[in-house]
Amino acid sequence: MPTIKVPPVLRPQTGGEAEINADGDTVGAALRALAERYPETKDQLFSPEGELNRYVNVYLNDEDVRVLDGLDTLAADSDTVVILPAMAGG
Amino acid sequence: MATTETIEQVKERIEEVDPTEALEELKGDGVALIDTREPYEHLEAHIDGAELVRPADVVDRIEEVVPDHSQRVLLYCASGNRSARAADELRELGYENAASVRGGIKAWEAEGLPVVMAEGMTPEQRNRYSRHTLLPEVGVEGQLKLLNAKVLLLGAGGLGAPSALYLAAAGIGTIGLVDDDEVDESNLQRQVIHNTERIGQPKTESARKTIEALNPDVEVIEHRVRLDASNIIDIISDYDVIVDGADNFPTRYLLNDASVRLRKPVVSASILAFDGQISTFIPFEGPCYRCLYPTPPPPELAPSCGAAGVLGVMAGVMGLLQANEVIKLVAEIGEPLVGRLLLYDSLGTHFTELKVRRDPECPICGPNAEEIPESEMGKFPDYELFCAA
Repeated sequence: MPTIKVPPVLRPQTGGEAEINADGDTVGAALRALAERYPETKDQLFSPEGELNRYVNVYLNDEDVRVLDGLDTLAADSDTVVILPAMAGG
Repeated sequence: MATTETIEQVKERIEEVDPTEALEELKGDGVALIDTREPYEHLEAHIDGAELVRPADVVDRIEEVVPDHSQRVLLYCASGNRSARAADELRELGYENAASVRGGIKAWEAEGLPVVMAEGMTPEQRNRYSRHTLLPEVGVEGQLKLLNAKVLLLGAGGLGAPSALYLAAAGIGTIGLVDDDEVDESNLQRQVIHNTERIGQPKTESARKTIEALNPDVEVIEHRVRLDASNIIDIISDYDVIVDGADNFPTRYLLNDASVRLRKPVVSASILAFDGQISTFIPFEGPCYRCLYPTPPPPELAPSCGAAGVLGVMAGVMGLLQANEVIKLVAEIGEPLVGRLLLYDSLGTHFTELKVRRDPECPICGPNAEEIPESEMGKFPDYELFCAA
């Protein structure tokens, strides 16, 4: 059960929760568990085809899952999955 | 080298002369004067006519500087220890008349004897930047780099205001400011370069006044425009480093693409609510902004500070982290934030570092990125559309 770090822009959809323990032994499974628990996050994370949206960066600990196995990247209980939004505020 | 010996033992073997005696000798002919310190120390202040030979280079270089082994050689350093060891090395090499100036240049200056001050810096500058030049990593050499640097700040707002203040204090010689906005009362909770009296004034003008009052060494160039595809190449070409504190995605992507074309380093940060992000993009040495974020998010996932709010102090922290990166890049010290994205969560006081890789598919800096001919250099697609899509 890895820990998912929820960015501020998604927190209104998670009832303000910043860290969520989500069932799943891969990054994709954990994120889908998150989307199931908080349905409003689903469209923001996933495309209609179930792929991660291109504008959503996801890291397993400090490594971008794009250079690992994407959504199939294995995630252990001790791992942290970071959802990272681009921000443009200055 | 006899490194296990104490300096006192070394000094027993060599000749030492007092500063006043040394000055008398130097008035005559045929005396070689060697400064055995590091270059930054030599730049700050040295005795007129001295040749700089770093302590580590004495054995290798002395023959070239003083070919005649019977010539009188006076050596000095900061306090007389490095020069004593160097005099001992010269003795071993067969120099019969080498002596060390007792107490070094410190004793020399304490006696009121003349020195040549840092080239390129006025006495006022030596004083103003003394806390920088005392740092061996910066030194006079590094300070001169800062004084000669041209840094462009994109935005004189939440990030640009604190960043510009500290860069000006640090003595960045030329600071360009791009902003077409005016100072609003709601800016003042974080944009500390402006003040209440300046409400309604152009931000670039207000920032210029503050900078000029803080440090007369800094030349401020106001670019009172909105950066767009038609003017970006002209504006950024003249600068060494660009600080991205833009408040919208189209400008961020445009700046990235133009700075990669011109190979300009960009220190990029963004802020929202209690959170900030920062990374340094050096074209082709590390990833670019598009390697990190290939596509901008839809508007509902990218609220502005105007809509979502922002903690002023957090903006200040991020702006100063940017200024810190700029100083390092210009002075060529430390480790730049290249290939790393630093996240700051001010509510939890957590700093998180993520790895950023170059994207082999990056359309801008990847190996398959299209070559851009000179004539197309200033042409960009419509970023407003790209970001709205």
